[in-house]
Amino acid sequence: MLRLVNVNSYYGLIHILKNVSMHVSEGEIVTVLGANGAGKSTTLRTISGLQPVKGGKIFFDSREITGANPEKLVNLGIAHVPEGRQIFRPMSVYENLELGGYIIYKRYGKKQLKKEIEGLFELFPILKERRKQYAGTLSGGEQQMLAIAMALMSRPRLLLLDEPSMGLAPLIIREIFQLIGNLKKDRKLTVLLIEQNANAALKIADRGYVIETGKIVLEEDAQKLLANQDIKRAYLGREQREIWE
Amino acid sequence: MNPAEANLVDLVQFFFMGIQRGCIYAMVAMGFNMIYNATGIINFAQGEFVVLGGLMMVSLTMALHLPIVLAFILTVLFVVVVGVLMERLTINPVKQPTVLRLIIITIAVSIITKGAAMMFWGKGSHYMNHFSSAEPLDFHGATILPQTLWIMGILLLVVAAYVFFFNFTMTGKCMRACSINRDAARLAGIDDRKMVMLSFALSAGIGAVAGIIITPVIQMDYTRGAMLGLKGFGAAVLGGLGNSTGAVAAGVLLGVLEALGAGYISSHYMDAIALVILLFVLFIRPSGIFGSSEAMRLKEF
Repeated sequence: MLRLVNVNSYYGLIHILKNVSMHVSEGEIVTVLGANGAGKSTTLRTISGLQPVKGGKIFFDSREITGANPEKLVNLGIAHVPEGRQIFRPMSVYENLELGGYIIYKRYGKKQLKKEIEGLFELFPILKERRKQYAGTLSGGEQQMLAIAMALMSRPRLLLLDEPSMGLAPLIIREIFQLIGNLKKDRKLTVLLIEQNANAALKIADRGYVIETGKIVLEEDAQKLLANQDIKRAYLGREQREIWE
Repeated sequence: MNPAEANLVDLVQFFFMGIQRGCIYAMVAMGFNMIYNATGIINFAQGEFVVLGGLMMVSLTMALHLPIVLAFILTVLFVVVVGVLMERLTINPVKQPTVLRLIIITIAVSIITKGAAMMFWGKGSHYMNHFSSAEPLDFHGATILPQTLWIMGILLLVVAAYVFFFNFTMTGKCMRACSINRDAARLAGIDDRKMVMLSFALSAGIGAVAGIIITPVIQMDYTRGAMLGLKGFGAAVLGGLGNSTGAVAAGVLLGVLEALGAGYISSHYMDAIALVILLFVLFIRPSGIFGSSEAMRLKEF
């Protein structure tokens, strides 16, 4: 469904992504593991068109999308939930959802947009309760739910999720990961997930990539990555406990 | 009339004068805010939109004798086209749009527009008929021009349209979304460049309206843009840059303070008063007197 071929990307003169190649098949949850600054977020930003590609190609449904802008990509069915809960804080929850569904509004009009929001409220009852509040007054977990809901408003087929658990309480993290798993099952959504919480990510993922200083160094089934000693030491932080045990 | 009463009449009179100017500053400030919110820059050609509106209206009504309503609409359309052309030709093509570069471009556009206006309309000031009677109305001894009532009424209409547009239409919400979080807006499929163009169109339109309604009382000439722009900028800063309800209140307040200063201190200092207020705000409270409402705080998270 999504294929990156030797993609390179720069911030100014700094070479961030170095010949990154990866693919995501229809219906998969794929996760990208890596340390801070390894290029995980840049990978997503490059796919969604926020970050320019310099060298390499990106395909979506075997159609080349290299260098397309985000406005176009969301119309093709790629939705990106950037890190840090990028919502419109001074606007109401409802308005946020309306804006998330901007392309639905453009294609099918106001009525369909309303219907779509009602549909999402069934998935996110908490947002229905909070519909009139300023989005900035929601709790962190609710804001993350809203950010995901906004992305779903555009009826994507591929969801790019950047650190959905950042700064959230463990209970809420579990809820969000459950939600992502359900989205895959119920909506047949394909997900490319970036996560510091590698353990939680690998538990719901089918496959994973490991990225180090802008290069993909490993590709493996999620189960195998969970069991991999090197990965455990580097990203799961579990080795120490096992020594004690 | 006893002295106390005469003082009161004076006060009311200055107040009326101030409101008349203040409404114009408010509208100029709204124009500043719209472009500021969309692009993060101050458009120094904002005052020229006002001048173009005034001068075009003079030509259409005084030379071509078009009915006022028709001339009003044509003038606003004309200035909107100028605003859109400005954005398309000078702002949009900039490859690496830093704030400083864009601001310098707007200064250049302002100089060019001023020159073009001088070539076309000449150096003299232009007189225009009041919308209705030019006969002042008596208000307990103070007088108020019917045009002032027009100005106040039209400001209210513009504010109402503004509030409606930004809160109840999808396009308005998209514009707000772009100014709050550009990346998130683009990821939702909103074309931010189109929103920038729209902000120039709207802000030119508001400028044109301001120019049209003030021209009968101040007589427009091609040099007026700088001072109107500066006062409007003062109002925008006083109200908290980017905050349009603040801008309206601050604009009217600035006009009234200016008129009171001119009346009680000296009319020579009229322009200086607005600028001194601007300086004080920048020294003491750069976020503006209305710059700390809940929504604004949320925006800065």
